[in-house]
Amino acid sequence: MIACEPCLRRTALVARLAPHVERARRDRLRLRELLARSDDELITALAGDRRAAIRHAHESFDVARARERLQAAAIDAVCRHDQRYPPRLLEADDAPAVLHVAGDASLLALLAARDAPAVALVGARRAGVEGLLVAQALGRGLAAAGVTVISGMALGIDSAAHAGGLEVGGPTIAVLAGGADVAYPASKRSLHRELVRTQATVSEMPPGFKPFRWCFPARNRTIAGLASMTIVVEATERSGSLITAELAQELGRAVGAVPGPVTAPRCAGSNALLRDGALVIRNAQDALDEVLGIGVATALTGRRPDDLEPALRGLLRRVEDGCDTVSALAATPAEAQHALAGLSELELLGFLRRGPGGHYVRLP
Amino acid sequence: MLALVTTFTIDGLSSRRITVEVDLRRGLPAFTIVGRGDAAVRESRERVQTALVNAGFEFPQRRITVNLAPAHLRKVGPGFDLATACGVLVASEQLPATALERWAVFGELSLGGELRHCRGVLSVAEGARGAGIAGLIVPRECAREAALVDGLAVAGVTRLQEVAAILRGAPPPELPPPATHRPRAGDEPDLADVRGHTGPIRALTIAAAGAHNILLSGPPGTGKTMLARRAISILPPLTRDEAIAVTRIHSIVGRHVSDELVRQRPFRAPHHTISPAGLVGGGSLPQPGEATLAHHGILFLDELSEFSRPALESLRQPLEDGSVAIVRGQHTVTFPTRFQLVASTNPCPCGMAGDDRCRCSEADVARHRRKLSGPLLDRMDLLVPMPRPNAEELERDVGAASHDIRAAVLDARDRQAQRLAGTGLTTNAELTPRLARELVRADGAAMARLRLSYAEGTLSARGHGRILRVARTIADLEGSSRVTEHHVREALGLRRERVLEGAVAA
Repeated sequence: MIACEPCLRRTALVARLAPHVERARRDRLRLRELLARSDDELITALAGDRRAAIRHAHESFDVARARERLQAAAIDAVCRHDQRYPPRLLEADDAPAVLHVAGDASLLALLAARDAPAVALVGARRAGVEGLLVAQALGRGLAAAGVTVISGMALGIDSAAHAGGLEVGGPTIAVLAGGADVAYPASKRSLHRELVRTQATVSEMPPGFKPFRWCFPARNRTIAGLASMTIVVEATERSGSLITAELAQELGRAVGAVPGPVTAPRCAGSNALLRDGALVIRNAQDALDEVLGIGVATALTGRRPDDLEPALRGLLRRVEDGCDTVSALAATPAEAQHALAGLSELELLGFLRRGPGGHYVRLP
Repeated sequence: MLALVTTFTIDGLSSRRITVEVDLRRGLPAFTIVGRGDAAVRESRERVQTALVNAGFEFPQRRITVNLAPAHLRKVGPGFDLATACGVLVASEQLPATALERWAVFGELSLGGELRHCRGVLSVAEGARGAGIAGLIVPRECAREAALVDGLAVAGVTRLQEVAAILRGAPPPELPPPATHRPRAGDEPDLADVRGHTGPIRALTIAAAGAHNILLSGPPGTGKTMLARRAISILPPLTRDEAIAVTRIHSIVGRHVSDELVRQRPFRAPHHTISPAGLVGGGSLPQPGEATLAHHGILFLDELSEFSRPALESLRQPLEDGSVAIVRGQHTVTFPTRFQLVASTNPCPCGMAGDDRCRCSEADVARHRRKLSGPLLDRMDLLVPMPRPNAEELERDVGAASHDIRAAVLDARDRQAQRLAGTGLTTNAELTPRLARELVRADGAAMARLRLSYAEGTLSARGHGRILRVARTIADLEGSSRVTEHHVREALGLRRERVLEGAVAA
């Protein structure tokens, strides 16, 4: 079944009103209240002088052309009256009328049950190396256990989560602020291509739509709505990821956060969530225990340090304790020789990663 | 009457023999110089005329024509003054006609008749010996430089009257004593000054031992420049041939002020605003650039990403061939450029990558990385991250004295030279992939380790060869004839790949 006419008409209206929503946001109108309004109310509230023209365009909406455009963009439109529409998303009154899916639309079937396990991984665009690696490991561990990894394909944590999911072949779904066929941000073009090829990208906006600023918090409500649990990996105190976490809480979904150093501003938001009672997520296992039940699935783990020869184990311990550069590990150039050799061995074994600036980072 | 005087002009880094023909005949007094001279040659008339008179000679009131032969060559500089003056003296019979058979002359004249220091005397002396001339008269300040050439009698003179005396048959004066100023021990930069940074010191040692090009990456103020300057102190001392080559170059550009062989390897650190011509040489009369001035020494490019792309591209041929050819019309000049490249860069635009204080977005870092990539980066065997040392490291005396490290480097170089005997190469950095396969001699475990890294994706095909070369140098430093797994591991720790990237592959 393809999306019904009223839903497509609604989508076209929201897209047409997008610049007006942008203006309304400046007047502090609450986005979610706006998006929950009926078509008529929306036009009245937002269109202003252009009310007549927009109402006319809305009434003369050509559904056949809209469908043609969807087909041309190879996008599957799933409306809220469609059985494939994830039921969990309908729990919010402002749920998108249509989900536009680029790529494998059958991934939505994974969300067909009300208690289907799906985890949203969100966090800072400008994240630290540790945060990125943790996000990637979470994405990998959750997807490998069959849990759908949902994120927003933004720079930083979002992309790392998708990359982790892709490593094990998914499932992972990117919810985009613009059209599902638009790679935004442009620098994530290759990630977008890969997601569309083997996974799916989803958007409430029609194909080719370039996102406005309000579309990002709107996208966050879809992420929170689709997932059974939301995990914040790194977030500053004013991060958009906190909005996602808040929305998830309002919907009664589980919210978790990965603890970060208490002195780091880039983790202040996620740490504040933990103080407010969010679940502590240290690794994929912690998340699996929450969404699937304790002990139901075991996350893949890397090799344990216990298997290492003593010298390497000692070196690894010192890196973990903060001596994370060659010069910090070696008191003389002769020692540096052994430190270098040991570090590259630990790197090959998958315990460490040579991060930017010469700091070695422990892989989660 | 006609007089012929032999002198030399600088052409690129060598000298060309020039015959100065002076003809005196009756007619209205005139003094003409022909033969493609530059401004300094044209002005030479006034200097020669005044100097002759002030030195107590007679300036003939005749029609004087001076020709600098061969005529097709452009002649530069004031070095023809002395030859012209001698020619006038012989042509006017103030000196015997046979006087100039044994001697070539080279020097600039002052109005008082004194000889002045001239650039490029070493090349001139080499040219004189090559032309089979018995003796060379040069300004006294340059005499010791000219005397570096064996098999050539050198007369260092201070004034025109002495030149006349020698040409009349007087014995040439003794060479001046060597200048006494010598650099005091402890003045030269030494690795012992460095606190912390054990990793980079080790990498620098490897780079020096195998003549590998090296890229230092770290935030501003961690000591990248300080370390680069000290690289000189652990390189092997210049051999005599190398020293002569360096002296010749520096004499020609006028940078060589002492009267002896250059003893220290040159260290050149051009500013990043330098033009391609400034870097590799150029100009309508080709002058050597920084790459040539760094010949047998170190060319240090601080803030590599700030250099213009054309400038960096221009370094390609010099790095590849060890020389650069500059073509001007019909004329080609080749300058040697066998330098070791040391470059430094910030790991990201703000320099704080890997630190909480880093304010660069992923896009900023990607842009920075694109600026760095390219052919030049491909020539870097070693990448050395130089993170900000912590307080404890800063206090740590790492006990690395340049003297000891240099000894190890020398041993490693000896081993390389022995292994490479007959190939025309001297260092591991020059190994071609084919030679590397033949000569590196890595054991099974080492190769297996390399294969593993390659399969895992941390190494590119080109990187594979680089690791092999570096591992060979590490083995040489240790005195090991075989490259073992341990050597490969250490080399992998200094590889270039995937370091400038962000943390996540996607």
